[in-house]
Amino acid sequence: MQDHNKEKQSHGKPVKRREMSRRQFLSYTLGGTGGFMMSLPLIANLRFAVDPLLQPKAESDWVKVIEVEKVTDTPTSVNFEKNVVDGWYESDKGFGAWITKEANGDIFALSPICKHLGCTVEWEKNVNYPNEYFCPCHAARYTRDGKNLAVAPAPLDEYEVKVENGFVYLSQIKPNTRVE
Amino acid sequence: MLKSVYNWIDERLDITPMWRDVADHEVPEHVNPAHHFSAFVYCFGGLTFFITVIQILSGMFLTMYYVDDIVNAYKSVDYLQHKVAFGVIVRGMHHWGASLVIVMMFLHTLRVFFTGSYKAPREMNWIVGMLIFFVMLGLGFTGYLLPWDNKAYFATQVGIQIAASVPILGQYIETFLQGGEIVGAQTLTRFFALHVFFLPGALLALLGGHFFMIRKQGISGPL
Ligand code: FES
Repeated sequence: MQDHNKEKQSHGKPVKRREMSRRQFLSYTLGGTGGFMMSLPLIANLRFAVDPLLQPKAESDWVKVIEVEKVTDTPTSVNFEKNVVDGWYESDKGFGAWITKEANGDIFALSPICKHLGCTVEWEKNVNYPNEYFCPCHAARYTRDGKNLAVAPAPLDEYEVKVENGFVYLSQIKPNTRVE
Repeated sequence: MLKSVYNWIDERLDITPMWRDVADHEVPEHVNPAHHFSAFVYCFGGLTFFITVIQILSGMFLTMYYVDDIVNAYKSVDYLQHKVAFGVIVRGMHHWGASLVIVMMFLHTLRVFFTGSYKAPREMNWIVGMLIFFVMLGLGFTGYLLPWDNKAYFATQVGIQIAASVPILGQYIETFLQGGEIVGAQTLTRFFALHVFFLPGALLALLGGHFFMIRKQGISGPL
């Protein structure tokens, strides 16, 4: 290599050769091959681990929960079961909802899962807070529409609701649409 | 007999120098409780390691009975605790050791902090120590779910909700930890895998670094 450089220099202009040394060449090729070989199991394993993140959200069915007549402007608690598929395990899981009728006759259902840390809220649970949902865990409070008054960072979630043949049906849980 | 076995191996592999590197080192007076009783504060790191070893051993033995399946997890824990000889002791060690290791680690951290041992040139070891702290918390969190009783279930529910409150990434962390949309069968297997393979692996690697640095840099000087 040095001889080459000397040759060029004797012609006048010093030319810098951009050559790769043997050591560099070897570390690039061996490093590249090694990296490639490691990346195969790594990619497979990582994709395997994050699979739940890339699964589509499961669609849920409509479940009949209560007769329309029984729903009043005071929230009523209902419990119902829904078929839940959890990987290889399928079961009927219990759910709860607070169902209320608005002045105009529309019916809405709130999820009782506290938006603070996931305990269960109850309507007028605490005598000091009439007309509010109350969470016994850290005293979060919500209005009848689910608006968060204390502790919780967000309003109570809402169920999709439909009324058919005199019955109320619930399905998916969605973010609250009644308060901003 | 033992001596001749040792010699036979030593002749072939020359293990004595290695052995000396590990065990033969200076214990300065200021960390030796035999000289100054108050030097017992220097024992907390070693005690943390001692309990960690107990945790690893008792944990290994617990997996001889435990299954990470939501139908049988609780039953298997109930069985190993009440039907298996010494089950109370083995599970008891793991249960109480889990809390004790956090306490010891905390005392060790306080000692390092108040003696200023984290200062140059030992900053890296402080950082590795902090990583160990978080891995230990992770071990505590993932282990808590495994008995699959009510307390375990709701504690995990709350813990995951806390993780889910991280801005932007929260919901992805939630799904990743749960292995799905609910705390269920896939959460239990995930937590089990994290608890017995991933986190202990990380812990051992970090402990290796922690001890290597102590040996390389020596014990920090007296106050
Ligand atoms: S979980 Fe409801 S207030 Fe904390």
